[in-house]
Amino acid sequence: MTQATADERRTDGDRDTVLYEQMLFIRRFLEKVDVLYRQGQMHGPAHLGLGQEAIAVGAASVLRPDDYSIGTYRGHAHALARGAPPEAVLAELLGREGGICGGKGGSMHITSVEHGYYGSYAIVGAHLPIAVGLAWASRIKKTGQVTICFFGDGAVNIGAFHEAVNLAALWALPIVFVCENNQYMEYSPISSMIPVERPAASRASAYGLEPLVVDGNDVSAVAELVGAAVDKARDGGGPALIEADTYRLKGHSAADAGAYRPAEEVEQARTQEPLLRQRAALVSAGTDEQDLIRLETRIAIAVSGLADRVLAAPKPDPATVWTDVWADGGSRWRN
Amino acid sequence: MAELTYRNAVLAALAQEMERDERVVLLGEDITSGGVFKTTVGLVDRFGAHRVWDTPISEQAIVGAAMGAAMAGLRPVAEVMFSDFYAVCWDQVVNEIAKTRYMTGGQVTLPLVLRGANGFGSLGFGSQHGQSVENWAMCVPGLKIASPATPVEMVGLLAAAIRDEDPVLVFEHKALYGVKQPAPEGEQFIPLGQARVAREGTDVTLVGLSITVGMCERAAAVLADTGISAEVIDLRTLVPLDAQAVLGSVGKTGRLVVVEENPGQLGWGAAIAALAAEEAFDDLRAPVIRVSGGNVPWPVARELEAVVDVSPERIAWAVQTLMKHAAAPPRQH
Repeated sequence: MTQATADERRTDGDRDTVLYEQMLFIRRFLEKVDVLYRQGQMHGPAHLGLGQEAIAVGAASVLRPDDYSIGTYRGHAHALARGAPPEAVLAELLGREGGICGGKGGSMHITSVEHGYYGSYAIVGAHLPIAVGLAWASRIKKTGQVTICFFGDGAVNIGAFHEAVNLAALWALPIVFVCENNQYMEYSPISSMIPVERPAASRASAYGLEPLVVDGNDVSAVAELVGAAVDKARDGGGPALIEADTYRLKGHSAADAGAYRPAEEVEQARTQEPLLRQRAALVSAGTDEQDLIRLETRIAIAVSGLADRVLAAPKPDPATVWTDVWADGGSRWRN
Repeated sequence: MAELTYRNAVLAALAQEMERDERVVLLGEDITSGGVFKTTVGLVDRFGAHRVWDTPISEQAIVGAAMGAAMAGLRPVAEVMFSDFYAVCWDQVVNEIAKTRYMTGGQVTLPLVLRGANGFGSLGFGSQHGQSVENWAMCVPGLKIASPATPVEMVGLLAAAIRDEDPVLVFEHKALYGVKQPAPEGEQFIPLGQARVAREGTDVTLVGLSITVGMCERAAAVLADTGISAEVIDLRTLVPLDAQAVLGSVGKTGRLVVVEENPGQLGWGAAIAALAAEEAFDDLRAPVIRVSGGNVPWPVARELEAVVDVSPERIAWAVQTLMKHAAAPPRQH
């Protein structure tokens, strides 16, 4: 995906369709993962970002190919949005040969360095300091690269968040922190776990940063605000902390029905989810609905075929468990 | 001949590697001022502020930033002022740095060094600034561990750690910083994973690391006067472990005493003892004995420290007991 100015992003109709297509692919992909999980095809947990696709796609759309992004165990969308091959991602989730992490990372650690996605981390908040290191390296090397660090609302209550944002602001690093506020810290509403109004934005002033909030279900709004923050960071303007409001349409993990959420809240959220909204925006801007239906059909078929191919793939060679600990490729710790 | 302190050996290694490779960058608390232990004095003036970065008191950010920078192609050296402070950033070390190469199927490489002051050494630093914690790291696959015993060893091993493509934790013993040795000439480099025979002997093998190597040498000198010939092995690194050096020496002497500052209840010496039990049983003529730190949080008063610290006297006593084939080894505190 190429970098575009804010004006181009607002006016490019093709681009809006591409954003819709990317979100739709991720939605269908995640729904398929949910089904496969229920069928017992997955070994280990699956944390799905259903309903949060606009943040991953909108943010990725403003990055240069050599920019860094980094995320959480709910990171499938972020990897795919940067261009990670879906077949390799699904093979990782299903424990098949060709998995993007060789079967050693699984659902919570999807990574595609080749596409600038430097990993999904499963200790809440732990990757914020790592993201700071990526941005620090860009500053030292003067490469003009920007880092986007995605994290959930629950991460603002762990120390690593504060250490990382503080250091990034102190060193004026080229990094954009994006809080995906999906309203829930696992099973607890985030509002019940913070003494301030907003998990991320209310903390921004503590680090000399502007409190930035965006409708995280509006992919164009995400692209615009994140794009402006990325441009500023690239120009030496230092970090930004953005809170993107969204809603997790499913439970914390695929094993969680999310029954602690009021039914009316979920129903309301379903009317505000990003795909419906982007589709409506495209139609109202003059896109032929028949074109959209063709697109939707094509993606449904693609995801179905993808799953069939991956399920038919062989399991990993057990001998590979001993590879990749050290840079020499092996795992020997003694002679 | 010019002399080199252990403290200046750290500085010499950092300068040598920063000179050699511009990707080597430093970060840590107060390091542009030379650091609490004066191991980074003058580096900011010599190499510039873009290579030596002062940080807030934020160990998670320091260690995490080192990891991110390593992923992005730099070779960061992060100072963790006292190794006790690894406890506040252990998630970064254990869950992130040690595992990310493996979890990503080898997509990332993490050439970084975490270094700082470790160890007891009867300095009165007590429970939160005086621990020897190299055993913590040895529990975790994916971390290399070096702990130099002398100034010359420090230059070569720290240089090797910085050039290594994997994460290396370098434990500097705070009671050794003032120790002096004739300064070596030229570039120094000691490969990780090669133990050193610090003293040759035939009756018993003493295995040490860092400060306990010197203790073993002093004990060996005392034992020589009583007719006991002790061989002293300096492991240099716990990971990679030169197991063959230990097994080879035990094959020669038939007796093994492992000397560590870690608490005996679970120090690295237990792994060495198990190695001998599993792979050198037929060579052993007596039980393996461990001389370890006491199983208490570290005290401060000298008289209390002396009870639980390792010492040449305790090592010599353990060896003499062993040579008499005492059935029961000396009891740990």
